[in-house]
Amino acid sequence: MSSGHPGLINDFIEKGEPFHWSDKNLKEIEIIKSKYPEDRHQSAVMPLLYLAQNQNNNWLSTECIEAVSKALAMPKIRVAEVATFYSMFNLKPVGKNLIQVCRTSPCMLRGSKKITDTIIKETKCGINQTTDDGLFTVVEVECLGACSNGPMIQINNDFYEDLNEENTKKIIENIKENKPNKVGSQTGRVSSENA
Amino acid sequence: MLKIEDKIFQNLHGFNDPFLEGTLKRGTWSNTKDLLKKEPNEIIEMTKASQLRGRGGAGFSTGMKWSFMPKDTGKQHYLVVNADESEPGTCKDREIIRNDPHMLIEGCLIASYAIQATKCYIYIRGEYYFEYEQLEKAIKEAYSKNLVGKNACGSDFNFDIYVHRGAGAYICGEETALLESLEGKKGQPRLKPPFPAGAGLYGMPTTINNVESIAVVPTILRRGSEWFKGIGEENNTGTKVYCISGNVNNPCTIEEEMGIPLKELIEKYAGGVQGGWSKLQAIIPGGSSTPLLPKTICETVKMNFDDLKKNGSGLGTAGVIVVNKDFDITEVIERFAHFYKHESCGQCTPCREGTGWMHRMMQKLLKGEISPEQMELLENVTKQIEGHTICALGDAAAWPIQGLIKNFKSELLAKYESKRIE
Repeated sequence: MSSGHPGLINDFIEKGEPFHWSDKNLKEIEIIKSKYPEDRHQSAVMPLLYLAQNQNNNWLSTECIEAVSKALAMPKIRVAEVATFYSMFNLKPVGKNLIQVCRTSPCMLRGSKKITDTIIKETKCGINQTTDDGLFTVVEVECLGACSNGPMIQINNDFYEDLNEENTKKIIENIKENKPNKVGSQTGRVSSENA
Repeated sequence: MLKIEDKIFQNLHGFNDPFLEGTLKRGTWSNTKDLLKKEPNEIIEMTKASQLRGRGGAGFSTGMKWSFMPKDTGKQHYLVVNADESEPGTCKDREIIRNDPHMLIEGCLIASYAIQATKCYIYIRGEYYFEYEQLEKAIKEAYSKNLVGKNACGSDFNFDIYVHRGAGAYICGEETALLESLEGKKGQPRLKPPFPAGAGLYGMPTTINNVESIAVVPTILRRGSEWFKGIGEENNTGTKVYCISGNVNNPCTIEEEMGIPLKELIEKYAGGVQGGWSKLQAIIPGGSSTPLLPKTICETVKMNFDDLKKNGSGLGTAGVIVVNKDFDITEVIERFAHFYKHESCGQCTPCREGTGWMHRMMQKLLKGEISPEQMELLENVTKQIEGHTICALGDAAAWPIQGLIKNFKSELLAKYESKRIE
């Protein structure tokens, strides 16, 4: 599959299954490209990496990088450079539920350490690890920008805010039992009003 | 105290419909066509006269910034909105975007018209996925009603607006790193000059503004510069969205007058400090990079650019982080040091190497393993990093540590002594 300098990229990014854009995404690529000037398609690299990541079980393999590079006529290394710079591009397979726990001071002051411990206990998954059944990956991250609603976590695209040990436990239980969770504040706040 | 009728963000907390139907009732888009009949220069002058200062942290006059844009160059001009809200303690733009996105879109249209930009990109942080969806939905609505697009709002002005998602890099909140990222590269800041007004996005004249700065502009134009200037005090005018987090009883985000006393802000809106005001240890007034304020200053300081600067800190993004005596203030700053180590883009040596070294020293400081000599060295190094990097991340990493040593030196030394005796 790969050509050029495979080692250069493979040192950082793992190989995965063969990757081909879905028909829907091929159309989406054209829409994304049209947002930027005609000679500036490189601007579309981040949106395309998101697109590839979504199609590829939430992680970017060498094959995804190659597909993005072809779609934008960009050198592979330039795509890899972007993929490795930004923390939201996953360069390894992750669980079905990627749990990101905010560890920065505003959340820490409201008890994020207890939230981390609860999540580790309930998912039986350590930090930076994935459970064997592939249900959870747990990571600690820097400020996610919901400081008035701390402590908070992000699971895939959704924020869960105003957490304590009990409601965090419930969120994990619901995922395990395949039940839906309420996104946002867990204490009934609409947003960050003074309750 | 800010009167209810003077609040600019009437749906800040999302109690009402955030989309077109709701926002029309709140007055957004009401006479945009008339506003676009003014000369671009008139809009810039009105914004200048209101003394609106940028809400992203630096506090530079928004109208002045616009006036730096070249006129009639024949080149494509751009407005780029910085919605990469990543400063720890800050969550204000998020509320504007998800609860009243049309205020931002209308602001983009008017600001773009003022700087002769026909294209606008909103760079929103990647983690704000829900906010991104809200904004995209609102933009679709705006296009379908011809509020933006060709002959926007029935004027002769053609205007396109796009949203670009970031992907988890704090540094992309720095305006030139943001431009690099928007061009599809690693987010590493550019050397200035050239400034973005001369050569910004794709080398074209570009203005970069914070979400809140842009979203208040239509209201300023409608109600007049004098009205805006009448709130707060000279050079620190208007309303401000404050985010209060940490050890308070009710953490919240609220809009108040610029310059409200810090103590009033916390007692009145955030339900006071956990355990009472007497348990207060320190407050970080403007997001993680502003130096902390000891309790004595918190008693009297006003939340505006100049008073906070006079007291050795800054308004920054107005992300107020309260720390009570139940927590070790060193750990709060140690976590910030970890944050800056993680977010350094790696371009300049003092920052790349310095943030890692400072974090290791902060870990030792937390354990009480730093001698007075080493503390002096740490303080010295923070001053070697400050001002010696391309962008302000180096400064932002240095200031919290400087603030800690300046205000808590005797406590830190006592920690070392007690550890030594053990």
